[in-house]
Amino acid sequence: MFDVIFEMMSYTFLVRAVIVGFLVSLCASLLGVSLVLKRYSMIGDGLSHVGFGALAVATALNLAPLTVSIPVVVAAAFLLLRLSESSKIKGDSAIALISTSSLAFGVLFLSVTTGMNTDVCNYLFGSILAMSRADVRLSILLCVLVLVLFILFYHKIFAVTFDETFSRAVGTRAGVYNMLLAILTAITIVLGMRMMGAMLISALIIFPALTAMRLCKRFKTVVIFSAVSSVLCFMIGITLSYWYSLPTGASVVAVNLAALVACSFISWVKGGLQK
Amino acid sequence: MALITCREAALGYDNGVVVSGLNFSVEAGDYLCVVGENGSGKSTLIKGLLRLKTPVSGEIVMGDGLRPNEIGYLPQQSAAQKDFPASVFEVVLSGRQSKGGFRPFYSKKDKAVAMENMEKLGIAHLKNYCYRELSGGQQQRALLARALCATEKLLLLDEPVAGLDPLATREMYEMIRQLNQNQKLTVIMVSHDIRSAVEYADHILHLGNQQLFFGATGDYLQTDLAKRFLGGEHRV
Repeated sequence: MFDVIFEMMSYTFLVRAVIVGFLVSLCASLLGVSLVLKRYSMIGDGLSHVGFGALAVATALNLAPLTVSIPVVVAAAFLLLRLSESSKIKGDSAIALISTSSLAFGVLFLSVTTGMNTDVCNYLFGSILAMSRADVRLSILLCVLVLVLFILFYHKIFAVTFDETFSRAVGTRAGVYNMLLAILTAITIVLGMRMMGAMLISALIIFPALTAMRLCKRFKTVVIFSAVSSVLCFMIGITLSYWYSLPTGASVVAVNLAALVACSFISWVKGGLQK
Repeated sequence: MALITCREAALGYDNGVVVSGLNFSVEAGDYLCVVGENGSGKSTLIKGLLRLKTPVSGEIVMGDGLRPNEIGYLPQQSAAQKDFPASVFEVVLSGRQSKGGFRPFYSKKDKAVAMENMEKLGIAHLKNYCYRELSGGQQQRALLARALCATEKLLLLDEPVAGLDPLATREMYEMIRQLNQNQKLTVIMVSHDIRSAVEYADHILHLGNQQLFFGATGDYLQTDLAKRFLGGEHRV
């Protein structure tokens, strides 16, 4: 087991992937608890599709992928939140509209410029080779920022997640915290997207939170369990993908699914024992 | 000066006024019950009192040093809350969220206030229980304790007994009465349950997209409006 890990660590690209993946899965799991409980999980999915469009355009024009996609996806997060709060178009259909449009736009743009090559496949399902040294530095910086903001605003985020009306009534600016949540999610998604793939990254947001909610009964323990489970699943996933030469993103999602099933089973057994 | 005074206030949304002609005042220590049918403007009035909505015309003034973020609000429960993984203590403590300003964490005092309010409502032993595993009455108590954490003056209760069984309903009303009488908290309660309203409250505000009645409960019972609403069977 340790041999495998040492062997993995001798490849620079793998070390980079592990560092970024570790941080991204940590951030995604923390934000995910709030997003899932607020019924916002689809925003994560929508943003990853927007990220795909932005990434496609950036690559075709030979621009730095992260520096282009982050502002675009953050802007999309603003827009999605506005749309889901206004009642003219219902939230979920608005998200579906935006995500499919940007997916289509990205594919069209790529096929006109560089053609539909393996890049497209890499964007959609992830590639472990995606991270450059500059990307890693930016990712570490932004992930630390996400973590610090999450910890500083933890209690406010809990309060707004549990009961937005009450929070507004006592003068908490719930809109600001919703926006903060959306922006942090946007950043996390863009950072993780190229490794996990645009189609798979939202799993990092949804799975750990759901897994933790099977077993934990307090918000704080849900958050901690979710973070631990997310990081563990990522590590197991990336090791498996190295060992058996499997795609990284898909392996990580599969491990997350296994964890969810296992925790559901434990909770079911516990429930049975109590009766 | 009254805690809250409405002068010719009208409230509504973009596409029209929902309730108008509001002229009433709430003094410290009052127990006011707002009654009326569905769509009569009760919820809109709540938003106006909480400053989540500014009046279309007229004004709602707060006096006696009451600040808008010092109203202890008990909202109706949403479906998402019923299966929320949070401990009772976490929920109650969140009532103190606006007391710390930019301070990111709760202080010892915040925690002490939360504990004290849980003891007051007899849910201290449920501190570490999961909110979603409580009975309806216990959940309502937890939310009431949270509201108490946010205020020392005024409670604003939106249908506090909705969905409770008869025993839990009675306990809830008794608890609110005690808070009003012993803690000298002013109570504004919105309710469908007009029988209990006239039994417990000392003032009644009857809405029907405008102010149909405001005054003492005794006077209200003499009106035709009350007789019609109560079905003529009520005896005091």
